[in-house]
Amino acid sequence: MTIDKRIVRKEALEKLFEILKQNNRTIFAPVSKNGKTSFKITESYSSIEKDFIQTTQSSKESVFPRTEKILDFTKSKNSLDAKPFDILQVPEVILWGVRPCDAMGMGELSAIFNWDSKDEIYNSRLSKTTIIGFSCFKADESCFCTSVGGNPGNIEGSDILFTRLGESGDWLAEIITEKGVAIVAIAQDIFQKTENQDKNKYLAEVPVKFDRETIRKKLDAFFESEEWVEQSLKCIGCGACAYVCPTCACFDIQDEIHGKSGSRVRCWDSCGISQFTLHTSGHNPRAVQSQRWRQRIMHKFSYMPERLSVYGCTGCGRCSRACPVDMNILEHLISIQEVTL
Amino acid sequence: MDELRKRAKELLESKTISVVIGYEEGTYNRTRALFVEKPEEASKLIFDSRCVLNLATYITKQEVKAKGKMAIAATIPVMRSIIQLAYEFQVSDKNLLVLGITPESNLMEFKDLLEVETYIHKFEIEINASYREKLDKLAGMTQTERWKFWIDELSPCFKCYACRAACPMCYCHRCTVDFNQPQWIPVPSHELGNLEWHIMRAVHLMGRCIDCDGCANACPLGIPINLLNKRLLEDAKRHFGGYQPVLKGDHLMSTFKPDDKENFIR
Repeated sequence: MTIDKRIVRKEALEKLFEILKQNNRTIFAPVSKNGKTSFKITESYSSIEKDFIQTTQSSKESVFPRTEKILDFTKSKNSLDAKPFDILQVPEVILWGVRPCDAMGMGELSAIFNWDSKDEIYNSRLSKTTIIGFSCFKADESCFCTSVGGNPGNIEGSDILFTRLGESGDWLAEIITEKGVAIVAIAQDIFQKTENQDKNKYLAEVPVKFDRETIRKKLDAFFESEEWVEQSLKCIGCGACAYVCPTCACFDIQDEIHGKSGSRVRCWDSCGISQFTLHTSGHNPRAVQSQRWRQRIMHKFSYMPERLSVYGCTGCGRCSRACPVDMNILEHLISIQEVTL
Repeated sequence: MDELRKRAKELLESKTISVVIGYEEGTYNRTRALFVEKPEEASKLIFDSRCVLNLATYITKQEVKAKGKMAIAATIPVMRSIIQLAYEFQVSDKNLLVLGITPESNLMEFKDLLEVETYIHKFEIEINASYREKLDKLAGMTQTERWKFWIDELSPCFKCYACRAACPMCYCHRCTVDFNQPQWIPVPSHELGNLEWHIMRAVHLMGRCIDCDGCANACPLGIPINLLNKRLLEDAKRHFGGYQPVLKGDHLMSTFKPDDKENFIR
């Protein structure tokens, strides 16, 4: 399918936001507070952060909330009444201002949530989400999308992708999916016809730093490497890297009970935390941090491509930015590529 | 820091020490922990104003401890943490040598922890002006305003526990928040779960926190959780006349006397 390309004038973007709002869509957009930018339900266009490289957290929370009720239950004398989460409650959501690496991450999350059983809640949230991506016109040293199959103007995962056409402030809109077409249909005046525009010259430069195929192959024989110990000695075992990651999907199930009723809740969890694999017996198959760090890299660069045919990393660089002790995934991947076995 | 590099090299060469914990140049103008085991790698050690990570966090980490006797490049907050950890029997002269770094960035080697204790007591734990202002602002709020402030600040927390992991005093193998029988603190990072976690964390650190700001610096979401600790530190000062970590003696939060003059405690 050839992608329909349109021009959206500088001042028309705000109008589009207003139209979407009037259409009763819940809009998640990047908002800054205390020097951190994150996706929040946003009512006004002026509160949206426009000048950012990357949000602190990924946009995955809109489809995979950090805490999500999956069923309610009530106990009575002889029975237990369980009411599963009603997927009809899931609102129509617009994710506004998503970077291409996050949009691409949705595909990786979908692969995990549909691996064997199909996760109804995740799937219904994603099906009701329209992703309005914004290409990157600047990047920082943590960014490495081009090493993991992405690029600053990648259309993958977005329904519409906007690219700022330099100083003019006008936008090139690529209408990628049916959901994108539906947006154009309700805001036809905003999306003007255009001649073929080359967006590439307006995109950030993100040099390729490693070859993920090489790393994947290398990892096959890397399980017992001392490199994991070397790399992870400074890791303090928190979950910051996993929680800011657009593709980390591990969760824990908790029952919150108050008297005779309660809810079952799924909560984000992280393989970096020692309790993640702790057995009731007291045995922990990943007893030390190097084994947990190995799991993180193996899962993303070996197990996922092997089992799900996708990699678990989109090169957004958030884990490196968020790490309190400077565990830098890019640095570690490069050294895995370079080290001789 | 040539002195530090030289001393680290000597200690490793003579095999007096198995590992020297210090700082190295990290990525993107950050610094990070370095564990030097080979004398020739001592040249990687650095020290400058960017080195604020509290390295005492690593001396209770099993993988580091397992290496043998440790030496640690310790600024004053790190030394304070070490004394508190020694008080709690987590570290001793047997497994740790302190290579002190004075406020003037000079190397100051200590014979034992007793000397470290004497040295750090020369410096009061002071809350700086910008935090002073924030604490005063909080104290000036009505209860409702203060409640709203904390709900707003703590709501984004996704419980990655970076604050806990970065804190030298949070060395418990099993934290209260990890218990599920009974479950003291709700696991989900909803409003109540976050509030209870942060209050519990702050209270468990009362009289132990040495005000290094490691927790707030570690928070990927920039939540000013150290304000809770600073307030408790102030309360400790106000009611018990100052706080300094000590190697031995009565401890602020774990001392009980049957003849206490206060009734509520009996």
